[in-house]
Amino acid sequence: MGLGVYFDNYIYVLLFLTLGVALPVGALTFGRLLRPKNPYAEKITTYESGISPTGDAQIRYHVAYYIVALEFVIFDVETVFLYPWAVALDQLGWVGLNAMIIFIAILGLGLAYSWKKKVLEWN
Amino acid sequence: MDLLYMVLFAVVVLLGLLGGVTYAILFERKVIGWMQIRNGPNRHGPWGLFQTIADVLKLLMKEDIIPAAADRKIFVLAPILAFAPSFTVFAVLSWSDTLYAADLNIGVLYFLGVSSMTMLGVLMGGWSSNNKYSLLGSIRGVAQMVSYEIPLVLSVLGVVILSGTMNLRGIVQYQDDIGMWFIIPQFLGFVIYLISAIAELNRSPFDLPEAESELVSGYHTEYSGFRYAFFMLAEYTYAIAISAFATTLFLGGWLGPAFLPGIVWFILKMCIFMFIWFWLRATLPRARVDHLMQFGWKVLIPLALLNIVITAVIKVWMGW
Repeated sequence: MGLGVYFDNYIYVLLFLTLGVALPVGALTFGRLLRPKNPYAEKITTYESGISPTGDAQIRYHVAYYIVALEFVIFDVETVFLYPWAVALDQLGWVGLNAMIIFIAILGLGLAYSWKKKVLEWN
Repeated sequence: MDLLYMVLFAVVVLLGLLGGVTYAILFERKVIGWMQIRNGPNRHGPWGLFQTIADVLKLLMKEDIIPAAADRKIFVLAPILAFAPSFTVFAVLSWSDTLYAADLNIGVLYFLGVSSMTMLGVLMGGWSSNNKYSLLGSIRGVAQMVSYEIPLVLSVLGVVILSGTMNLRGIVQYQDDIGMWFIIPQFLGFVIYLISAIAELNRSPFDLPEAESELVSGYHTEYSGFRYAFFMLAEYTYAIAISAFATTLFLGGWLGPAFLPGIVWFILKMCIFMFIWFWLRATLPRARVDHLMQFGWKVLIPLALLNIVITAVIKVWMGW
């Protein structure tokens, strides 16, 4: 594959990204010509099942979400390591396989630990 | 290749996609209608064919309401950020042997990486609305999408191990070479992919981020008019993208008997997946949050890891 063809592929990515941004921006700008605009205090109140909203909604939320995010980072980095290994497995053979089984086993231990610590419970 | 052809190709994909989403919505409403012994939409045009077009036009003319308490900039940005990545992933899909845009060697990684950015739109939309239902919907949604991202990515790994490439065209060609679709040697991976894809798409039975019986409409409660339409468009675009990706990985992409062109086979296989999403929505009740999270972490991730180890051992042992 020549360098020119290589860059062509990324020009495609750029084109798709540009169109993906241009469509919503364009449609919303065009829609401004068609839609009415008449905001008043009651209309732009936050919806809370018809009653007057109380307090702010941007509050601190439960710590469980934070822990899920942490677990996600750990496992996501793991998958990033697994991908190049999977592509190269043909050349790596048994050595690569054993190394990765140990790697997965360590992560499995980590998962078992957080399971035991009841991090995965959701109450 | 000259630039004009490339721009034209991207525009054709965009238009095809908009048409596809329009009729996917009609198809969904018809399928669910039939499953509930109703007719579904049948007033606008023959067989309800113009129903979605009427809906879109209506949304286009609706007033665009931004709540006073909302964080304006992020509120406006969120639907764009939800839609753009779900369309950008279409760059790597290969519709047939000759019809494709970008032929990236990291196709699988590109698809998974870019498509997961959709959840930023969900988070930003829910947070900036400053509405309790939206906030609940969006943090739930992000926790769910983040959790199911891992089994999704791990289940695809089995296919990458067997074919030894991350190039989506390479994967299809490999399936052609061994004369077998990956759904057979990677059946476990396929099932894990299917389940986590539903959670990633926020579709029933895992549609907790927009559970209408408890959260009004979830993270897009405060959105109206065309901004709301873009959230819906992003959802269906992503559903089509996930179906196309599954077709490529597990059902042999454009492969099929030669009496139909490759792209027709590709779209037919994609429709099977779309039908499965709709079928499940009509059949299953919504899962509970804690059940959903525990199922992801305690069942799907260990199973996906097991699938990787088994696949790798077989690959090295048998020398496939």
